[in-house]
Amino acid sequence: MTKALELRQVSKTYGSGANEVHALTDADLAVEQGELVAVMGPSGSGKSTLLTIAGSLEQPSSGQVLVDGVDLANVSRSQQAKMRRRSIGYVFQDFNLLPGLTALENVTLPLELDGASAKAARVSARNALEELQVAEYAERYPDELSGGQRQRVAIARAIVGNRNLLLADEPTGALDSINGETVMRLLRAATERGIAGVVVTHEAQLASWADRVVFIRDGQIVDQTVPPPGPESLLAVGDPR
Amino acid sequence: MSVPHALLALLSESPKYGQRLQSEFEARTGKVWPLNVGQVYTTLQRLERDGLVETDGNGEGARKQYKIAPAGRQELADWLRTPPDLVPPPRDELVIKVLVALQVPGTDVHEILQVHRRHVIEVMQRYTKVKAAAADDDVALALVADAELFRLEAIVRWLDAADARLKQTPLPPRPAVSPAQTEAIPATEVSQ
Repeated sequence: MTKALELRQVSKTYGSGANEVHALTDADLAVEQGELVAVMGPSGSGKSTLLTIAGSLEQPSSGQVLVDGVDLANVSRSQQAKMRRRSIGYVFQDFNLLPGLTALENVTLPLELDGASAKAARVSARNALEELQVAEYAERYPDELSGGQRQRVAIARAIVGNRNLLLADEPTGALDSINGETVMRLLRAATERGIAGVVVTHEAQLASWADRVVFIRDGQIVDQTVPPPGPESLLAVGDPR
Repeated sequence: MSVPHALLALLSESPKYGQRLQSEFEARTGKVWPLNVGQVYTTLQRLERDGLVETDGNGEGARKQYKIAPAGRQELADWLRTPPDLVPPPRDELVIKVLVALQVPGTDVHEILQVHRRHVIEVMQRYTKVKAAAADDDVALALVADAELFRLEAIVRWLDAADARLKQTPLPPRPAVSPAQTEAIPATEVSQ
């Protein structure tokens, strides 16, 4: 089965000589459709570099990146840009919504850039906002929304259309724990509908929403969790005194 | 979990029979603490002996209805406001394992920290699944899962901090001790 995302022996080096920094070394990662993977590591461990390379926002120094089985090294820059618009959705810590556009316009933008008609783009965008339960704020500007509402709009923008891969970099960093949990529930729901998701985080509680947690240290993937058993096994735990 | 105080809390709403107390106890604690009906009756007998609950005087065993006594209300109010013991002696098993790992030649303490980090996060994934599968209105279960998740998250944060601290401040190399020297150390010194 084709993987939604595959990194094979990916390395990234910045600078040269004495200033050389190995941000990522021989990283291997495969993510299936419908799977949510968390990449967990401390600041400077290379997790954001891994995400930007996975999303073709940055080129690796060596190794292969395959999105839906397509090796990004074999496609032109314009095709890569098209892939970024059509197949990959991004969610950032600081939401990255355009302040001069309404919530609805922010969500329609990637579709319109990709050549969709204004009417079709608005229909898809409204559906995405409804899915994220923020349709009632469609005509509001980002500065008229709370942090949690802004992040929902940003997720709607990331999943609108037919995206196969959702990449999120510390998507709950600016939110309190309940709003953070809501964002993770929404990302999980998106992957349960078939999208593959990769979330980068340093927070254990957020990582625990993922099907699999991959640990990164000093630019190297060092470990990962095994799929947890069902929740039933925990319910019998406990010993009332 | 204090079963006597949980029963007093349930009785503070209205008088109840033992069977109902058992089913309400389980429902209100997110079904995480199983409680058999025998335990409920034993606890009720003790509470009655101590003057914290009263019976209506009619019936025996399962047909007996219990209500909270004024002394029971006071006991419940005091218990709710009494902080649990937050200052246990610093003998956490995980901390001890990591401290011991620092002393064992050939042991990569960062690898030991990662083994525990992975294990704790796997347990957290299970609690998060409990929360994700819970009904929207099952607040009790969400609160129980949250409590465990925050406790486990604190362990991961300690592991992360230990990792960073040990990278920042590497330990001085251990002096090489020959087997002969080890044997020469008096037993009393070794045990300390």
